[in-house]
Parts: sequence; C-alpha cells; structure tokens
Amino acid sequence: MVELWDGLAQAFWLVVTADSELVEIALRSLQVTLTALLVACLIAMPLAALLAVSRFRLRRVVIATLNALMGLPPVVVGLIVYVILSRSGPLGVLALLFTPTAMIIAQVIIVVPLIASIAHQSLRDLWQEYHDLLISMNVTQTQKMQTLLWDARRALLTATLAGFGRAIGEVGAIMIVGGNIDNATRVLTTAIALETGKGEFALALALGFVLIALTLLVNLCIHWLGKTEREGRW
Amino acid sequence: MSTLFPLQIHEAVTRRHGKTLVGPVSMTLDGRGVCVIIGPNGSGKTSFLRLLHGTARLHSGSILWSCSTEEARRRQSFVFQHPVMLRRSVLENLLYPMLIRGFRGKAAQAQAEAWAERTGLQDTLQRPASVLSGGEQQKLAIARALVTKPDVVFLDEPCASLDGRATREIETILTEIKAQGTGLVLSTHDMGQARRLAETAVFLLRGRVHETGNAAAFFNRPKTKAAQAFLNGDIVE
Repeated sequence: MVELWDGLAQAFWLVVTADSELVEIALRSLQVTLTALLVACLIAMPLAALLAVSRFRLRRVVIATLNALMGLPPVVVGLIVYVILSRSGPLGVLALLFTPTAMIIAQVIIVVPLIASIAHQSLRDLWQEYHDLLISMNVTQTQKMQTLLWDARRALLTATLAGFGRAIGEVGAIMIVGGNIDNATRVLTTAIALETGKGEFALALALGFVLIALTLLVNLCIHWLGKTEREGRW
Repeated sequence: MSTLFPLQIHEAVTRRHGKTLVGPVSMTLDGRGVCVIIGPNGSGKTSFLRLLHGTARLHSGSILWSCSTEEARRRQSFVFQHPVMLRRSVLENLLYPMLIRGFRGKAAQAQAEAWAERTGLQDTLQRPASVLSGGEQQKLAIARALVTKPDVVFLDEPCASLDGRATREIETILTEIKAQGTGLVLSTHDMGQARRLAETAVFLLRGRVHETGNAAAFFNRPKTKAAQAFLNGDIVE
C-alpha cells in the first residue's frame, strides 16, 4: 500500500517537474502508438467496409480469421517481426530492428484485426439498414463504403479507441522488436517492465499512473474531437 | 435525351428462396400519370415494384425500357414503405443523391433547400433525420427521391401507417410532381388513395397481373370476379 502512495506521489512529482526523461518516454509512447493506430485504421476501416458491402467466396473465412486474430499473442507477433526484420531475415536489409518503426509495425499487426473486427460489426449492421436504399440509388461499391464509413464514424471511434487501448498498453512485442533502448526505443510500458525488474516499484507505479492518465487524456480528446454524444440521435 | 417509356414487361418472373414472388407478368406501362398497383397482402406488390425498379432479380423473361438499363436506373428513384434515413441531417439526406452523382456546391444546396421548402421541411434542415416524425421522414424520403429530377418514381405504400393529415400532404406533393410530368408507379392498400390518385390500375393477385387498365373503368366496372370481390372488401387470396 505504501508503494502505491509512493508511486502516486512520485508520479505527481514527475509530472509537476516535467521530468525530461518521463516527457521523452511519454512522447515516444504516444508517437509510436498514434502512428501505429493511424496506419492500422487506414488498413482496417476500408477492409471492414469492404467485408460489409461485398460478397465473395472466402468472405466468411476472412471474417472468421480476423475475429480469431483479435486474440493474437503479442509476444508471438514480436517474435515473427523480429525474425523478419533481423539481419538474416527477409527485410533485414532495411535495418529497422530496434527502431520505433519496428515497434510501429508490430503494433499495427496486433491492432488491425481488433479494429477491423469491431468496425465490421458496426458497418455490417449499418449496411443491413442502408442496403435497399443504396442499391436503389445505384451507388457504386466505393461510394457504399464511403457512405458507411462516414455514417458509422461514431461507432468506428469505439473501434479506434479499442485499438488505441491495445496498442498503448502493449509491452511484449515492442520489447522484442524495440529492445527497450534508452533514448531510442524506450516507451512507458517497457520502462515500467524495466523498473519493476530492478525492484523500483515506486517509479514503475509512477510511470504506470502516467500511462493511465495519458490513456484517459487521449480517449477524452478523441471523444471530444468526434463530438460523441453531442449531436443528437444519429 | 431519350424517353424511358413505354416499359415493356414480357413473361417477367422473380423468385426468392425458390418461391415465385411475381410472375410470369407481361404488360406495357406507358408511364403517363399515376399507375397504382393494388392487391391483397402477399400478392407481390412490393416485389413487382422492385422488379420494375431493378432491385429484385429478374429470373426469367424481360423488362425493357425504351433506353438502356443503366440510363433507366439513373432516371428513376424509389421510396420505401418504411423510409430509410441516412444517419445525417435532413439537409445532408437531401444532398446525398446529388453528391453520389457528382453534383455539389451551391446549386445542389439550393436545390435541396427548395425541395425542403416544397415538402415543408425547411425548418428541420439541420436536425438529424432520425428524429423526425414518421410523416416527416416519409416526406423527406420523397423529397430525396425527387431531388435528382427522376422521370419516374416508384413508391411502395408511401402512406402506410401515416395519419390522415400526413397522407393528404404527401398526396398533394405527388399530385404536384405528376402535374410536372414525373411518372409515378405506386403500390397501396388504401383503396381511397388508389381512387384519388390512379390513372392506371394494376390489380395483382398471387404474383400475377389479374387485371389492368384505366383506373376509372377498373374501379367502376371491374372485369373479373376477384377484382370485384377485392373492391367490395371481401377477402381475396
């Protein structure tokens, strides 16, 4: 219990004094996670819309696979990305291992199935509602996808936030591919793991509280930007 | 621009899950005025409308417009019995059909506002369409169907479950657009509405056209016993 209070006090102190190392780690956490989230959304949202409006032979298999991949073990993803990016791997020539880019790649792989699955459920329901209208209006496949993505944007925010939550709290994969290198690839989660390993529980807790605060702040910002609950019934 | 009509339907059949919903139907629609499709529940009115509009699959036979099918699809619109509202404002709902045809800007905005005014929705433009009353939603659906100036509009029981006032307002709109030369093909359960609006009547029974012709003649002197019984309010199956 004492450690919890110590952690809270230390977190407060680190934030108030704008500790340079904390700021750097927190900013890197945000940079890596938000970049991964953006890339993942650019892949997952159109994929979800395509799965909602189109009918092709392996559609159900793709949906089932996406759902299954929601539970993808991050450590395994990290390991696979590590092997691919390592010097002897197929993409070793790019020298991306132990860089933030490698961490972003791992996070994208982890969150794409999650965002795509949640988004697909919302878009599928909306497509059932819109189907007859859009067909009668002779809307093209691309326009159907655009319409669904725009009109379901608030529901898609939930998928995005779920992806953000999964990515910002991720430690296993980014520890493997990032290496937790000081001033280079250390982020809040890997720093917490490191401090816990060293027995610095108060500092680890302090970083944990900062991580929680940061997550809440980003969630609130996204809700505010998305005007959720502010524009009546849609 | 070529004309859409006459619409020639030859031995047209549509099925769903192996069951024949409509057909075989053969007839010609000249597209003048209001064509009202009547018939008992389950007679295939909605399926027939969808078949003509091209949203129900034609399993056999042919439906030939006087222009290409693609052009015919562009020049017609459909109003559903239960209006489907896009999760957008009233104004955005009106703009949508123009937006998907690449027509945007101030001219599109003006056209949408003009239709809102014409249907009495001018004070609701910025409100979400989903919060409108049933009558207002149906008026919005009709305005949205008309905003692209189609040559023909298919309406599937547009006044079902609406009160008398909303029904009268919608009939007034339909009468106005008919006067401007837009063809209307409408299905209804309401015999009063059918008598008020119809110029051509099509009586469907068990998915087939049982009787068709001039509305006044049909309502006054139906040729078949089934049509007579239906108009008398008897149960016809």
